[in-house]
Amino acid sequence: MASQMQARTLRSTIGGLTAGLLVLGALAAASLFIGVADLTPARLADPATREAAMSTLMDSRLPRTMALLLSGSCLAIAGVIMQMLTRNRFVEPTTAGTTEAAGFGMLVMLLLFPGAPVVIKSLVAAGFACAGTAVFLRLLRAVPPGAPLLVPLTGIMFGGIVGSVTAFIAHRYGLMQSLGAWRNGDFSVVISGRYELLWLTLVLSVAAYLAADRFTIAGLGGDMSRNLGLDYGKTMAVGLVIVSLVSALVVTTVGSIPFLGLVVPNLVSLAAGDNLRRTLPWMAISGAAVVLVCDMVGRLIVAPYEIPAGTVFGVLGSAVFLYLLLGRSTRAA
Amino acid sequence: MIEIDGLTKSYGRRIVVDGVSLTIPRGGLTGIIGPNGAGKSTLLGLASRLLAADRGTVTVDGLDVARASGELLARRLSVLKQENRVAARLTVRDLVAFGRYPHSRGRLSSSEWAHVEKALAFLDLQPISGSFLDELSGGQRQRAYVAMVLSQDTDYMLFDEPLSSLDIRHAVSMMHLLRNASRSFGKAVVVVLHDINIAANFADRIIGMKDGRVAFHGDTADVMTGAFLSSIYDIPIRVHRLEGQYVTTYALPGGPEGGAGEDPVLVAGD
Ligand SMILES: Nc1ncnc2c1ncn2[C@@H]1O[C@H](COP(=O)(O)OP(=O)(O)O)[C@@H](O)[C@H]1O
Ligand SMILES: [Mg+2]
Repeated sequence: MASQMQARTLRSTIGGLTAGLLVLGALAAASLFIGVADLTPARLADPATREAAMSTLMDSRLPRTMALLLSGSCLAIAGVIMQMLTRNRFVEPTTAGTTEAAGFGMLVMLLLFPGAPVVIKSLVAAGFACAGTAVFLRLLRAVPPGAPLLVPLTGIMFGGIVGSVTAFIAHRYGLMQSLGAWRNGDFSVVISGRYELLWLTLVLSVAAYLAADRFTIAGLGGDMSRNLGLDYGKTMAVGLVIVSLVSALVVTTVGSIPFLGLVVPNLVSLAAGDNLRRTLPWMAISGAAVVLVCDMVGRLIVAPYEIPAGTVFGVLGSAVFLYLLLGRSTRAA
Repeated sequence: MIEIDGLTKSYGRRIVVDGVSLTIPRGGLTGIIGPNGAGKSTLLGLASRLLAADRGTVTVDGLDVARASGELLARRLSVLKQENRVAARLTVRDLVAFGRYPHSRGRLSSSEWAHVEKALAFLDLQPISGSFLDELSGGQRQRAYVAMVLSQDTDYMLFDEPLSSLDIRHAVSMMHLLRNASRSFGKAVVVVLHDINIAANFADRIIGMKDGRVAFHGDTADVMTGAFLSSIYDIPIRVHRLEGQYVTTYALPGGPEGGAGEDPVLVAGD
């Protein structure tokens, strides 16, 4: 009976995921054909215009769409991992100082080793992100349990301090423009050759999926984790590294998208719970879809100009964030 | 067998568990009783490696819990703490299935699922197995945690006040279940109990704690006496037998013997 039920849930899971992927595919296709340069399926088919159309597609549209898919999915996954590890619904890379610390790391590299390859810069930024998150986790020990909202507030304040220091230094050295780019997720800058590092986030997302059960168990708390024989410290460390790398890679290639890792996981969790083995694919699909939609809205409403996807999401996301804050703070602990 | 030797734990200058030595055999239910702050939870935490001892050792079938691999230990010994703050939104069935994690590392075969279904049935959870934990009452959630530990199916199971927030029907049925598990499957079940009547009627052995030490330890029939109970709780307590059950009475504030009424048969030692 149990196995029958398992088989049935498995079938409905696969059915649901297929539907989700189809919707995502449709969004991605739409995203490919929106923009200033004229790119339509017809122009791709017509031999006279094919070459120009192909180059628009391969050099700018495809990279942009891929960057949207990759960053949206990994940010949602990073968010839910942080929420499990801190057992708090309101923690994500931009409410824990992670993103700001990554930005600080980038600035340090720009000042000291401006010629270093982007990979190295990203790795160093990830190191800073890791250290910043570790400081945040250390600060959390002073937060009394039963005050869940103090946790993201602490993180936002800590991130604010790191961000101010970064801004101060950037201002002195005339690097405010770079700083702006990291702060606001903008996919208009994505062209072939400038985003490929983001593919590493796919590896990280897969790694997160493989460790999904561990993160769920960590979400049950340290004592239950130890009871189940989970190496709690190691799981925390692995999660921290994944989250830091994801934040650093996204910040350095397209810029941060505040609250994405908070809004998407909360909505998915409300609908489907927190068994990450089951929900992580949904996190990835929903995160990617939300970012795709925000980017398209930003391109359409002021065409031929653009509003960065991060800004569009900022408006939408803050509204949902407030709603979640008011609605869920009583239950989230 | 759980062997505890010279176990000591302090917080600051306060010694909370003070040189405790005990042997807990398999087969049978061991109850731990004692007043608030006696160190029961701390002792259980130390015995299950959730807390680190300052001094002393705990071995489970010869395995030192402080040094054994967490993975190996999780297949031999399980523990449920007094308070569990689970923030993850899991269904009851998912939570109970995680009890199999030490055995399956996440790949649940159909025989693994059978354990899960059995634990759900034992605790009367099948009607709510698809509900999320954060949508349950405290008692339902408590039963789900106990079911998770049961599905872990270890030879040693430690529970810290598992009856808190359970109604009397579920409390009694849980105690029956734990006692059956210990007797029929030769497990060692150790339960910290708040209610001395429940302890007396379900435990095969009772450990009485006070001020971080073991005040008495023995077969229930030998230690369920007014003298022993009064000595740890610091109020006069009398133990009676009524229809084959132990019943304890205690002095009411109004009079020295108030409330005891006409005594049924008194137990020796009182
Ligand atoms: N983490 C801790 N820090 C400081 N004191 C503690 C801590 N845990 C327990 N204690 C103290 O140790 C004593 C025993 O606690 P506990 O083992 O929980 O008692 P019991 O479970 O018997 O009621 C209490 O006085 C309690 O205040
Ligand atoms: Mg206690």
